[in-house]
Amino acid sequence: MPTIKSLDDLKKVREEALQKRKIQTESGKARVIVGMGTCGIAAGARDTMKAILDTIEKDNIQDVTITQTGCIGMCEKEPIVQIEIGDQPKVTYGKVTPDVARSIIKEHIVAGKVVSNHVIPL
Amino acid sequence: MRELSLHLLDIAENSIAARATTIKIMVEENTVLDLLRLTVEDNGIGMDKEMAAKVTDPFVTSRTTRKVGLGIPLLKEAAEACNGSLELWSEKGSGTRINIEFQRSHIDRMPLGNLADTYRSLVISSPEVNWLLGYRFDDYEFFYDQKVVRDELGDIPFSDPFVIGYIRQTFEEGLNAN
Repeated sequence: MPTIKSLDDLKKVREEALQKRKIQTESGKARVIVGMGTCGIAAGARDTMKAILDTIEKDNIQDVTITQTGCIGMCEKEPIVQIEIGDQPKVTYGKVTPDVARSIIKEHIVAGKVVSNHVIPL
Repeated sequence: MRELSLHLLDIAENSIAARATTIKIMVEENTVLDLLRLTVEDNGIGMDKEMAAKVTDPFVTSRTTRKVGLGIPLLKEAAEACNGSLELWSEKGSGTRINIEFQRSHIDRMPLGNLADTYRSLVISSPEVNWLLGYRFDDYEFFYDQKVVRDELGDIPFSDPFVIGYIRQTFEEGLNAN
């Protein structure tokens, strides 16, 4: 009966990940926070999350932490994604479709440029 | 929300908000009994009797940012419309369990949708939770245990691109194999 992919596969993943990490410089760790309250999920947050995870996997982007949060009181702006890089102030994005999410990862996280047309001014 | 897997994501988020450290989700499809059953069980802070009884009532919610919670009442209505049910048990301080059943072949039964995406979102965005995530289809069974994966990964985070890929494949293969 198949359960999980084999632990050997996982060991390989771990070795590859360790090797990649050795080459990484400590260039300001990034944190991605996705709104996953009922309002977020109803507005499409799971597809937004999927686009973020797929982009990180495909482009092999290191040092990003992904977390979720509940409703933050701006349901009409969902899906909401917040980005924190190093000690810089948190940037909050609204109406983050999968396409917008991909630009946020590529432009903000990788290149350091805020995607200004989707920022929610707080 | 028009996928059961989105409702599962929503219910699991409630468990996370209830500070659960272990959350078990099981999806069972049985063609012989013509049954689709979803269960979510957590060890979070739970609710007192009054709150647990009222939680399926659309005019009660434990959230503080918005006044009306509609996820569970709507799901209950959807289950009952398909000859099914939604039941919830909770005890303050020990956790909550929710059991939702549908007649699987019912014409109005919501599709399960992308369970692999729901499971992957949960595992990677709340890696500290001990997720126990299952799926059964008649005799086929898939089971994921976060602790086993976490122990093997050691200091490699779940958001590492290789790990994201591994988790994606695990769920894609495990949940689409039947």
